[in-house]
Amino acid sequence: MSAQEMHSGIVGPRGTWWVPANKQEKRWVVISFVWCMVLFAMMPLWHWKGGQNPAGIRSKTTPLAFLERTERFVTDYKVGEENGVPIVAPPPGADIYLVGRMWAWYPILKLEKGASYTLHLSSIDVNHGFSLYPVNLNFQVVPGYDYGLRVVPNKAGDFRIICNEFCGIAHHAMVGKVVVEE
Amino acid sequence: MSSTTADGPSASLIERLTARYRACPVTGLKVDKSAEALIKVNAVAAIVCLLIGVIAATGLVLTRWQAVHLLDAGMFYRFLTLHGLNMLIFFIIFFEMAVLYFAGPVLLSSRLPAPKLGWLAFVLMVLGALTVNATVLAGRADVLFTSYPPLQAHPLYYLGIILFAVGALLMVSLFFAALVVAKREKAYEGSIPLVSFGALTAAIIAVITLLHGAAIYIPTFLWSLGLMEMDPQIYRMVWWALGHSSQQINVAAMVSIWYLLAGLTVGGVVLNEKVSRTAFFLYILFISMASAHHLLVDPGMGPAWKIWNTSYAMYLAVLASMIHGFTVPAGVEMGMRLRGYTAGLFEWLKKAPWSDPGFSGMALSVVIFGFMGGITGVTIGTEQINIIAHNTLRIPGHFHTTVVGGTALAFFAVTYYVLPLIFRRRVAFWKLAQLQPYLFAVGIVVMSMSMIFMGIFGVPRRHWDASFQTSPYPVEMQPVVEVFQATLGLGGLLAAFAVLSFVLIAVVSVFFGKRIQDADFARGGAGLPQGVVKLPAQTHTGPAMEATHNAGAKGTMVLVFIFLACFVLYYFTNWKLLSMLWKVG
Repeated sequence: MSAQEMHSGIVGPRGTWWVPANKQEKRWVVISFVWCMVLFAMMPLWHWKGGQNPAGIRSKTTPLAFLERTERFVTDYKVGEENGVPIVAPPPGADIYLVGRMWAWYPILKLEKGASYTLHLSSIDVNHGFSLYPVNLNFQVVPGYDYGLRVVPNKAGDFRIICNEFCGIAHHAMVGKVVVEE
Repeated sequence: MSSTTADGPSASLIERLTARYRACPVTGLKVDKSAEALIKVNAVAAIVCLLIGVIAATGLVLTRWQAVHLLDAGMFYRFLTLHGLNMLIFFIIFFEMAVLYFAGPVLLSSRLPAPKLGWLAFVLMVLGALTVNATVLAGRADVLFTSYPPLQAHPLYYLGIILFAVGALLMVSLFFAALVVAKREKAYEGSIPLVSFGALTAAIIAVITLLHGAAIYIPTFLWSLGLMEMDPQIYRMVWWALGHSSQQINVAAMVSIWYLLAGLTVGGVVLNEKVSRTAFFLYILFISMASAHHLLVDPGMGPAWKIWNTSYAMYLAVLASMIHGFTVPAGVEMGMRLRGYTAGLFEWLKKAPWSDPGFSGMALSVVIFGFMGGITGVTIGTEQINIIAHNTLRIPGHFHTTVVGGTALAFFAVTYYVLPLIFRRRVAFWKLAQLQPYLFAVGIVVMSMSMIFMGIFGVPRRHWDASFQTSPYPVEMQPVVEVFQATLGLGGLLAAFAVLSFVLIAVVSVFFGKRIQDADFARGGAGLPQGVVKLPAQTHTGPAMEATHNAGAKGTMVLVFIFLACFVLYYFTNWKLLSMLWKVG
């Protein structure tokens, strides 16, 4: 307000209220604006320089087509089984396929540390959540959509895939497995 | 204050008007009794939904606390659905309807047109809420708050939500009509007060939100009847244009209440109408873009879409919140300085009426919303950082500091003024009421921090069994996660206790509280907040005002720089955490 009158927010202003703000308020608005521009710039910057981006290769698919593609991937690179679930070890650079369904991840993946893969994610029923544990890498898995993400494991170990999108009554039992070897 | 004179030309009209209005003995406002009645019923409905929501919440925290693990899986997900709907839709929107009736006809001392339409809107909303709750409790809608297809609920579930939304939309139209009537009948001079302007912002956002709601729930209803197809990704996008935008109704309503309570409790002033109103306007422009916050790691959209939308077009809505985050405390500071608390940087803060739950609730709401809700929200809503946050417990940890520690707490705080001013009852259990905002704030902060830390360790949200007993492969949790599970439980129980106290206080005050006669206000005593007993000056002129104006809000400048430092630190720490992950892209 101009310096003629000050009032609370329950009193309607009389006359012209489109007047310059005081110095402190102006300073805070400018600082906030600059900070907002930093926040905005960080995202394109990370696409350019950073190593973790959710861009991926995105395309539409169908549950049937994706399941068939996954079965072919399993047949090509299967190296064993655990409790009836195939363990698949694709060569570095390969396209790998992971199906989310009520209430399991299929198949088990065996990867090499430092190698690059294109990980395709989709669901054949409802939405699921891909959460690589304990790395804490999270992506949404939507039926009808193929999300292809280039991944490079940076550590060897025994990892889990937790489903973190509610997918029905046994949602909490939906856990998959990824093994990364040196 | 606004004029209290009736403005009818004939004697009979004046008579009719006096029967229709009463004069508020504290504020001098002319109150339309039909608006007052609608404020009452909407507030009561809000509190009933709050009670259902908090009972469900108690079950949830006692299950999430793995050592107790109270509910079975089916019940857990049902309670989660119930909790989300009753808190985030029914409680909040009923309460906001009451806020609209207050910020429109009451604050403007004007007439509420077509009160019968208000009752129709209310009945539709009650029917909708009942239908939804009945369907959920019958086990026919275990789809959680978001009901992502292809998960499907009984058609009645979607129909109930549509009924509720139609009622709310009617009510919002009535608010617009009330503003037009007030303007035409010259109920006020100049511009509407800032609080009404903020409520108008909330109402406009509500229209945008509810139209998105129609755009998604009507097709989903038809889909549940087998009449059409539904694309799961498009559903997620349109649904969140409802789901997230509705949170911006809450933000706008909450900020309006901050300004309202700042005025009522300490005579807090508006630093600059232009700045505060522009900040509200920015909310309207950019807010429905926030749907993107939920789709950052979805396969349906590309990076350009995600970056532009998640940032509300370059963070201009964040700028708006940062402005209010300065102007509200600065207004409080200047109001206190005008009352003579001018020593040093922080005398105004030390001498503030901390035992007035209207003030403490407002102040804690500002701090929790800003420091925790704002900072965590902007950070996890960053396109890439979302990779380490999406669907982990960090997400509910975040929004329990915005919509619960922020909005719900502001609503509790304003209720301590609504009870004497509108219901005309003393606040029951006054000692408990004075403590309630603190108990609630501590509970929510402890619970939310626990959730945020667990989320950082990768613990999923919406998950019944964090010990993974039924998993085909053993899942080892960090031992520290068990500690956070217990603190989540304890914080959650404390917050639930505070909400139950609030419900008790409100219900007992409304139905059994001591009636207040006009003369009682000035006398004070238990159950009357200090701002009601003696309303601080709302308008200032003269040399004291000029001196305060020139001195500015030095204390608040210090506080906002502390805030900015926390923001910068938290934000870049998260980039650092992200950079340690597998390469992905």
